Amino acid sequence: MNANPSLGEYIARIEEACGEEKDIIVHFKYEKKDEAIAKMLKKARIEKTVAGIIFDLTYKGYSIRLYNTGKAIFKKMKEKSQVQEVLAELLL
Amino acid sequence: MFDPYKVREDFPILKRKINNHPLIYFDNAATSQKPRQVIEAVKEFYEKHNANVHRAVHTLSMEATELYEEAHEEAAKFIGAKSMEEIVFVRGTTEAINLVAYSWGLHNLKREDEVLATLMEHHSNIVPWEILSKIKGFKVKYVDVNLDGTLNYESLKEFLTPKVKLVCITHVSNVTGVINDVKTIAKLAHENGALVLVDGAQSVPHMPVNVQDLDCDFLAFSGHKMLGPTGIGVLYGKREILEKMEPFHGGGEMIREVSFNHETRRCKISWNELPWKFEAGTPDVCGAVGLTAAIRYLKALGMDNVKTHECDLTEYALKRLKECLKVTVYGPYDASLKCGIIPFNVEGFNSHDVALLLDSYGIMIRSGFHCAQPLHQKLRISSSARASFYIYNTREEVDRFVEALKEIEQTL
Ligand SMILES: Cc1ncc(COP(=O)(O)O)c(C=O)c1O
Repeated sequence: MNANPSLGEYIARIEEACGEEKDIIVHFKYEKKDEAIAKMLKKARIEKTVAGIIFDLTYKGYSIRLYNTGKAIFKKMKEKSQVQEVLAELLL
Repeated sequence: MFDPYKVREDFPILKRKINNHPLIYFDNAATSQKPRQVIEAVKEFYEKHNANVHRAVHTLSMEATELYEEAHEEAAKFIGAKSMEEIVFVRGTTEAINLVAYSWGLHNLKREDEVLATLMEHHSNIVPWEILSKIKGFKVKYVDVNLDGTLNYESLKEFLTPKVKLVCITHVSNVTGVINDVKTIAKLAHENGALVLVDGAQSVPHMPVNVQDLDCDFLAFSGHKMLGPTGIGVLYGKREILEKMEPFHGGGEMIREVSFNHETRRCKISWNELPWKFEAGTPDVCGAVGLTAAIRYLKALGMDNVKTHECDLTEYALKRLKECLKVTVYGPYDASLKCGIIPFNVEGFNSHDVALLLDSYGIMIRSGFHCAQPLHQKLRISSSARASFYIYNTREEVDRFVEALKEIEQTL
């Protein structure tokens, strides 16, 4: 569950994926996904868009791959809290 | 042979759409879906028979006890055990292996001994032994795996010294689907004086398994991977070994008597008979009832047919995946060497990307290490995507999976 109550409005789950890549996967709430995606696209830098399905973003040196299905992979992150901080900046 | 389209009608969840696509469930190695027959058995238990089991006096308790014992009988027959005394209900494979570690390993393994595992084990057949080795001081050694994911039998023979007291081996790898020759391994281990613990999490649901034929000493498996509910699993153990073992958890049900001695002011405890000695506390009665229904469902299909169906799908998928130029498949291409599990990666994507992209097509697969990090290290892959099949999957679904992968390949 999300520690930050206002982030909780947007986020259903944050999962630490296993694998050497140390990725963290964010699942946005279905009803809030379009709003979350729009906000992230506005604030982060869009490096690449693939067929309107995937957006490769960078924000303050972090790489984020955003999916139009309402999921995002934060690449090479250390901890969930780091992802929460970045998300707070992008969404709130 | 059974018709997978008929089978599908029994699985309500398969009617779902995900991301506007009909659900394709290819994450069966993680857990299976449940047929109506299992869901109804669970519902009926709570609606008609629910009560606590054992020492039954009233009618409901007697009914619940009968159903619970019948589940042990059913599981015993399913794996060819000699009797239900050899069937201990646990939460799943993980708990079954931990039971062996603490009830057998803690009391039988000494500092100079060795436990032999393999590099293809699921973490649940590695971690309990590593934890116990810290307590008892014995060594855990790992048999090597070839680069195609098959077990290196030469390495096994090299490691199998008289110091080895237990061989822990997965019957089927949960990453590559490779089937290990457990019968031969058990023979070699026994000639060497070691016991054999088989992790059957990925074999029992998918192929005929007979413990007397394999001659393994322990077999662990999970109900949820074979159509049953979560929270119920089985540890099979040879009766003579279970009889000598200490209990795992202490509590109600697993004792015959707890008598208080007024002089010493201590309790004297005698253990219950098998298998109850290992089942402390109120067990998962409803899970057991669901497991019975699951086993009956699989038996009606025939485990040989289940294996043939999955082998056919795997062969077909492996052939079709060759059309995907950026897809690398790990493990052997010979479907007869394996069960229906295909690990792969798509060039330019990491495994989680692939899983998320397939999710947008309504296709559920798993990504990451699949709780088998040492095997990924051995195969030199940072993580993998994994498609795994079961009785309700079809060639048509494989076609849609391959077409989705082809589209994904083109997105970068
Ligand atoms: C080979 C193998 N062993 C053990 C386990 C652990 O099973 P459970 O989580 O049901 O205890 C799994 C589950 O994925 C597995 O595939």
